[in-house]
Formats: sequence, C-alpha cells, structure tokens
Amino acid sequence: MTPRILIAVAMRVLTQVRRDHRTAAMMLVLPCALMTLLWWMFQDMPGDLFNRFGPALLAMFPFIVMFLITSVTTLRERSSGTLERLLAMPMGKLDFLGGYAVAFGAAAAVQAALAVTLSVWLLGLDVAGPVALLGVVAIADAVLGTALGLFVSAFARTEFQAVQFMPLIVIPQILLCGLFVPRSSMPDVLHAISNVLPLSYATDAMQTLVSTTETAHVWRDLGIVMGFAVAALGLGAATLRRRTP
Amino acid sequence: MVADLVRVTDLVVDRGGRRVLRGLDFLIAQGSVTGLLGPSGCGKSTLMRSLVGVQRLTSGTVRIAGAEAGSAPLRSRVGYVTQSASVYDDLTVRENLAFFVRVLGADRNAVDRAIATVDLISHADSVVGRLSGGQRSRASLAVALLNAPDLLVLDEPTVGLDPVLRRDLWALFHRLADGGAAVFVSSHVMDEADRCDRLLLMREGRIIADDTPQRIREKTRTDDIESAFLALVEDEVGPA
Repeated sequence: MTPRILIAVAMRVLTQVRRDHRTAAMMLVLPCALMTLLWWMFQDMPGDLFNRFGPALLAMFPFIVMFLITSVTTLRERSSGTLERLLAMPMGKLDFLGGYAVAFGAAAAVQAALAVTLSVWLLGLDVAGPVALLGVVAIADAVLGTALGLFVSAFARTEFQAVQFMPLIVIPQILLCGLFVPRSSMPDVLHAISNVLPLSYATDAMQTLVSTTETAHVWRDLGIVMGFAVAALGLGAATLRRRTP
Repeated sequence: MVADLVRVTDLVVDRGGRRVLRGLDFLIAQGSVTGLLGPSGCGKSTLMRSLVGVQRLTSGTVRIAGAEAGSAPLRSRVGYVTQSASVYDDLTVRENLAFFVRVLGADRNAVDRAIATVDLISHADSVVGRLSGGQRSRASLAVALLNAPDLLVLDEPTVGLDPVLRRDLWALFHRLADGGAAVFVSSHVMDEADRCDRLLLMREGRIIADDTPQRIREKTRTDDIESAFLALVEDEVGPA
C-alpha cells in the first residue's frame, strides 16, 4: 500500500463528488430532510417515537447512500477502462479501495455532522451519551456501505444491476436491524441471522448512545462494524483482478 | 543492432471459449515504431492487453526487458492507451492528468508538457465529458505520456482524428521512438502503415506478415499495404 496513491484516489473521488453538484447536495441535504420528515410524522403521536426511530435512521443514511454511490461509481470505473488503466500502473488494490473508503468516509463525516446537529439541536433528539460518538458511528456506517458497495460492484455488469443490489443487500438488513421489532423478540432463526448482519450492530450502537451514558457497548459495536467493513474491503480486493479473461 | 525490448513467445489467448490469439511469436525493438494492422476483431486489442499484462494468457509468454508483462517493476515503465478513452469524464483534462501523475509518482511538470504534446492547451480546464471524441482520446493519450515510458502500447490512438493532428501524433510517436522508447501502435486503417518502421499484419488471431512496410510490398509485389494484405490472405487460403 502506498499512502501517496491512496490519498490521490481519495482526493480525486472527492473532486468528482464536488463537481456533481446534484449528488453532493443530495448527499448532504437529503438525510436532514428525511430526519425532519420523521420528526414531523411523529409530532402528534403519544410517546417519544422520534427518539426510538431517529437513531436507527442516523445509522442507515450513510450506509445506504454510500453503498449506492460506491457501487455505481466503481462499476463506472470498471466499464470505462479507468480501473484497468490504474491496475496497469503502480497502483495497489488496497490503494484503490482505501482511497474510496477514505473519500466516502470524509463525505459521510460532513453528512453525519449535519444530520446529527439538526437532530440533536433542532429536532430535540435526546442523546444520553457523547454526541460526537454518534458521528463516529455514522462514519463507520459509511465506510461499511462503501466497502460493501465496492464488493458487490464486482458482480454487476450494468448500473441497473448494481442498483438492484440494494434491495438484496440493504433492505433485509434494515428489516432485521431491530428498528421494527427488537431483535431479541424475533423468531430464533431471524435473530441468529440479524446477529451476523453489520447494520444490526450499527443500529445497536446508535440506540445505546441515545439511551445510556455507558459507552463500552458502543465501542464494541463500533469495532464489529469496522470489522465487517475491513472484511468487505478484503473481499472487494479479491474481486479486483489485474488480469482478466 | 538495436536491443529487443519485448519478446512474445507462442502466445495463445482464449476469450469466452474462442481462440483469439493462435500462437504468436515476435519481437519489438527499442527505438522503433511498430504498427499492428488488421481488421477489427482480429485480436489486436487482446494482443495489446497481453503486452500490458492485463490479459489472462492461455499459454505462451510475454516478456518485457526480461520481466513478465504486467509484473510490478514494469508498471511504471509501460504506458497503455485503451481504444476507448480511459479518463474520468467528470474531471477536467488537467485534473485527470494531475491524478494520474500522482499515481505514477512522476514529475508534476509532466502534466503541462503532456497537455501541450497532445495539443489540448486550450481545453486543459474543460471537463472531459464535454470534449469531442478525438479530444477525449487525446486526453487519454496524454496520460500515457506522463512518465516517459519505455514501452508505449497504443490501441487505435488516431481513430477519428483530424488529418493534421494525425500527422502530428505520428511525428510524436517517432520522436518518442528516437528517444529510445518502443512504440507499439494498432490501427485498422491500412493507410497508416507507411508511417511505421515495422509492421505486423494480423488476421484471425495470426500474424501473417512481420517486416518493414517496404519489404512487405516488395515481397507481395504490390503498391500498397491494403493490396499486400489481400495478396497474403489469398496466398494463405487460395483465391476467392
């Protein structure tokens, strides 16, 4: 791995995102708008439902957005020939993957800072633990989304197929992450499955942060999410081949 | 006697269950412009990919300066331009080059030099996606010039270019060859043949001629390479 090359990839990806004003705006504004919608939806309901659902949503946005953006951009990189060109240059596979992870991690940091700030200070999300840690979990989720997006892009031939991986990879995780039914109340089989899905740990981390000041569990969950991200990057590296048939 | 930079031995490549390259043997010398001519679909791009080391080989070897094509020490010494422009459409020409120069670890000044060489100074700050096809392929060519490679593999670099620019690019290829590089250029346009020091004529995965343009014409007793090509094919399969 060469830091110079990794940083070059990250800077280039960020320039591309910046150049695409619509995507950049969507990445930053959309999570805020959706958090506001969630808050508004629960306005006339008894109980503090925003506090129950809000944290899970904060975990999901960076994951979903980065998954989609990464799977489409890497696919484009494969089909335009730029990936082949880079792999014929002194570029390590981990430089390429790491560059993407760093760039989208940075974009997620900005996205999370906006969404968390809005949720906590304007929409009144009650966070018992350290607020900054919410942001850290969000960045880990984004890196996870990026890593999975890089991995699945190897199995898609077209952008349509890449987008279809979202219902396959992302929606089951949303259903099973404990947002709708607490994971401990699920049928045993589903509970077991939810135990091996990374989004479950991301959601757990967010929910723990909101409800207690105890952070040991959050760090453990965060570690698990990062573990999944590293594993997905490793699998992604395995799908990048210098020589293709 | 010039040294041979590239040595291809009994190269066979299958793609998608079809034999694309059928046992090729040839050498590429340093300091020369070698043209690879043949109709589209004859295996030119696969051969070029094999030289760069991104093609999985079925059998045979491709060695460049003694090392296996695509091996790590060669990656900064071989420049490769694919048939379609492999640059980022959403970045400007300069941003593209600045990125690739960092990846290559080459000198930053190479960016402006490469832009000037491919005559894109007036478009340096335009987003590549808005350029014409010829301008985009020149931007792609500029990337391969950044690190002054020993071997330059160019897959149909002059397609769709204005004749003046085409002449300038061929002059550039010869300048690079004079500087010691081996330039390997493919084309399906037979009239570019005379611009090469040496020609490989290719058809259906085989090399049917390997010589200077003049000697190919003399041997086949023809006036141009297109007729020479036809004569060679008819020799092989008998007249149609």
